Amino acid sequence: MAKQVVQLDRVIIRFAGDSGDGMQLTGDRFTSETAMLGNDLATLPDFPAEIRAPAGTLPGVSAFQLHFADHDIMTPGDAPNVLVAMNPAALKANLHDLPRGSDLIVNTDEFTKRNLQRVGYEESPMEDGSLEAYRVHAIPLTSMTVGALKDVDVTRKEAERAKNMFALGLLCWLYHRPTEGTIAFLEKKFASKPTLLRANTIAFEAGWSFGETTEDFSVSYEIKPAPVRPGQYRNISGNLAMAYGLLAASWRSELPLFLGSYPITPASDILHELSKHKRFGVRTFQAEDEIAGVGAALGAAFGGHLGVTTTSGPGLALKAETVGLAVSLELPLVICDIQRGGPSTGLPTKTEQSDLLQALYGRNGEAPVPIVAPRSPSDCFDAAVEAVRIAVTYRTPVIVLSDGYLANGSEPWRIPDLDALPAIDPAFATEPNHTAADGAAEFWPYLRDTETLARAWAAPGTAGLEHRIGGLEKQDGSGNVSYDPANHDLMVRTRQAKVDRIAASIPPLEVDDPGDDADILVLGWGSTYGPIGAAVRRCRDAGLHVAQAHFRHLNPLPDNTEHVLKRYRTILLPEMNLGQLALLLRGRFLVDVISYTQVRGMPFKAAELASVIQEAATDE
Amino acid sequence: MNSPAPGFGLIAAAAGKDSHVDPLAGIPTVDEPLKTKDFKTDQEVRWCPGCGDYAVLAAVQSFLPELNIRRENVVFVSGIGCSSRFPYYMNTYGMHSIHGRAPAIATGLAISRPDLSVWVVTGDGDALSIGGNHLIHALRRNVNLKILLFNNRIYGLTKGQYSPTSEQGKVTKSTPLGSLDVPFNPVSLALGAEASFVARTIDSDRKHLTGVLRAAAHHRGTALVEIYQNCNIFNDGAFELLKAPDTRDDAVIRLEHGEPIRFGADGQHGVSRMPDGTLRVVDVAEYGTKRLLVHDAHAPNPEVAFALSRLADPSSLNTTAIGVYRDVHRATYDDLLHEQIAAAVDDEGSGDRPVLEDLIAGKDTWHVDA
Repeated sequence: MAKQVVQLDRVIIRFAGDSGDGMQLTGDRFTSETAMLGNDLATLPDFPAEIRAPAGTLPGVSAFQLHFADHDIMTPGDAPNVLVAMNPAALKANLHDLPRGSDLIVNTDEFTKRNLQRVGYEESPMEDGSLEAYRVHAIPLTSMTVGALKDVDVTRKEAERAKNMFALGLLCWLYHRPTEGTIAFLEKKFASKPTLLRANTIAFEAGWSFGETTEDFSVSYEIKPAPVRPGQYRNISGNLAMAYGLLAASWRSELPLFLGSYPITPASDILHELSKHKRFGVRTFQAEDEIAGVGAALGAAFGGHLGVTTTSGPGLALKAETVGLAVSLELPLVICDIQRGGPSTGLPTKTEQSDLLQALYGRNGEAPVPIVAPRSPSDCFDAAVEAVRIAVTYRTPVIVLSDGYLANGSEPWRIPDLDALPAIDPAFATEPNHTAADGAAEFWPYLRDTETLARAWAAPGTAGLEHRIGGLEKQDGSGNVSYDPANHDLMVRTRQAKVDRIAASIPPLEVDDPGDDADILVLGWGSTYGPIGAAVRRCRDAGLHVAQAHFRHLNPLPDNTEHVLKRYRTILLPEMNLGQLALLLRGRFLVDVISYTQVRGMPFKAAELASVIQEAATDE
Repeated sequence: MNSPAPGFGLIAAAAGKDSHVDPLAGIPTVDEPLKTKDFKTDQEVRWCPGCGDYAVLAAVQSFLPELNIRRENVVFVSGIGCSSRFPYYMNTYGMHSIHGRAPAIATGLAISRPDLSVWVVTGDGDALSIGGNHLIHALRRNVNLKILLFNNRIYGLTKGQYSPTSEQGKVTKSTPLGSLDVPFNPVSLALGAEASFVARTIDSDRKHLTGVLRAAAHHRGTALVEIYQNCNIFNDGAFELLKAPDTRDDAVIRLEHGEPIRFGADGQHGVSRMPDGTLRVVDVAEYGTKRLLVHDAHAPNPEVAFALSRLADPSSLNTTAIGVYRDVHRATYDDLLHEQIAAAVDDEGSGDRPVLEDLIAGKDTWHVDA
């Protein structure tokens, strides 16, 4: 008899298990099937910094949360509707997030006395009544997987390792996900290992069939596709979008891409991705350290190529002196900082927005650097293109501030039309641009475009334009070394003025204020866009008049920033740091911005933010 | 319309094939020969009068024309220190960068632009202290760079602190009771770092200096040239034993590829390999000539070159070997990278717009209709 099918508008699933249980892979696969189905979605991988923490322990728990819906959504969701717990540690680490009444799928095989003790359970929560508030599905996932594979020639360990595919199959049945993509994925992954291919495929199908036949699940769920703008879509993570954005900007500017980088979490995937694309002429260089990574990128930029370096907070600190040199040389350079929890080594796999002030001010001397911050995983593509546009047009280093949440999170993305990318013109100097006192034509590297203040850029190999540049202060125009006090004052102010002028090329700060009568403006920058947006929606649904504005450019700020700030009596600024942008806005505009901060290594939850907004709005 | 990036499209031209035959392959040559004056700038040279740097600058400016490569395709990159002002005085492209980082910056430049002749100018503090990491990795990778390491065994620009090549016990402003650390021997260090070309020369010996520069220029890969350079203000006479007419013949061992190693005014000293594998200075009259070591700069194994570098007394520099210690052919990082790129283009086709569009779209797409 066919089971009942219930229509849902949205679901949040969290897969949790040991680092070795393949939870990230399971989550990725479920995400792909969900994307193909046309649901809107957002994901949040959450994994430990250790590659394999001791099995079965709390520090070793790895989780993947996926929010999907029949309408447009902005975050991976606050609390799961379904928790898949592959062992007691995963249950213990995640249960507090699970609202009462939710579905809890538990792999009972792992609930042995030893595993329970390891995480401090005196008694099994499966038996002591502590899970009575949940709809518990106690399933011996491991032994059922092993049973399903009894005719396949794999070791017991290999059979057990396929249990994540069993779980995936079950969830695919439960939420009517297509299965072809996963089968195709397994065929590719295990192309050279036919036995493992068979084992994983059988486990996956067995999980699906189990859902179909077991009486434990009386209903299954359907979530209709979300209505979105027409077009071709794919699912994409932030780091992949960043890599593609750099490639697209290289194509657009006709500058060959050079990436100098040193491996660091959570930025390394950009290096991995770009190293695959040699056919585009991309040169990736894994340097001996962070300093050499940015140094080599700057060397490539001097050579007339698109120099890029990728890093995270600790690496940005090491690169500071070279970024300062790039400020002085006035060469294009893009520094992608995928922020993580700090200070020091901090929380390598967790997210934070605490490098803003480092990016703005973390250099000796007056060394202004433009900053661009993407707001969602797919927006990393556009942010990368924008960073290249500014760097090349204005001959300046540019810092992109992404973070761990954007880097590893994913969402559906309308594939862009390359023709819609902004023009990026290196406009290399090819001729002398100055006449010497004796009438000879010569090249002055520090003569500037009157509009952008960008200096003339001549790459080696251009005859007649030979010149020397360096980190010493140089004479305005000629670029020769100069220690003249008035000239230094002029050059410091000119470098600042050049960065300020970028504001003329960026859009104004857009305010979303539907009734134009909001009592409160909620500001943000970077990856908080989703949670703030979701929270603002909740507040509006509850009848509050709330405006939202989100910064993409942190330096320079859009020209209308002050105007926007002065329009609202109450301004709330949530940040995943201790109030860095709030400090800047208060200092610069004398506006009493209310700072709301959290540094928990995780994105804000929409419900929490909604109550913060509500409180701030009604305090007046 | 964008102007094309210089050097774009030169990938295939420089990809390895002829590099063994022509070490300068890929660098455009001149139509008319250049002269020494073509490499001089209008900038006033600001080293102290009597500094050894002047001699090196003059040697480089007068030797470069013989390479017949275009001036605009030559780049000097330096770090920080007295010697690092060098690029300002060369009428080529140049960058005076930051302390210790010149090898890293030059690596990015050389990798990107196989049509350039890239030279690094550095000092003992710049290359061996703050920039030690970049130096050893450049040597290991064998990027096509010529590194001129001006060694004056002192920090000059910061006014006289001991350096990583100063002799132990050196009394300076920062070590009033004498320095405590053992110095680096730059040649030993470079050989240990897998360098494919290592040489040492002296600022005051113009002919020898030029010969070594020539050999370095004709080596494809990283060439490390250590130049003993006198700082007449803060460490005057540091190499006097190797320079003074009455001591130099007995103190300096001149290496010539294929020749037995002999030195002294009448060639009375020689170098021989002992049964235990070590090298020793011997009295030729007593020892004979048959068992003298014949210098082989092209020896695949750097062991003997390393042993030669250890003959020098770490403090006095007595019995220091100068000349080309090692000059072996090994594929360069940049040539190998360009071969990978060329192979990728051969196998998969060039990354043009449709390919980029396919890549960005990926394999799992879905269409939403209006």
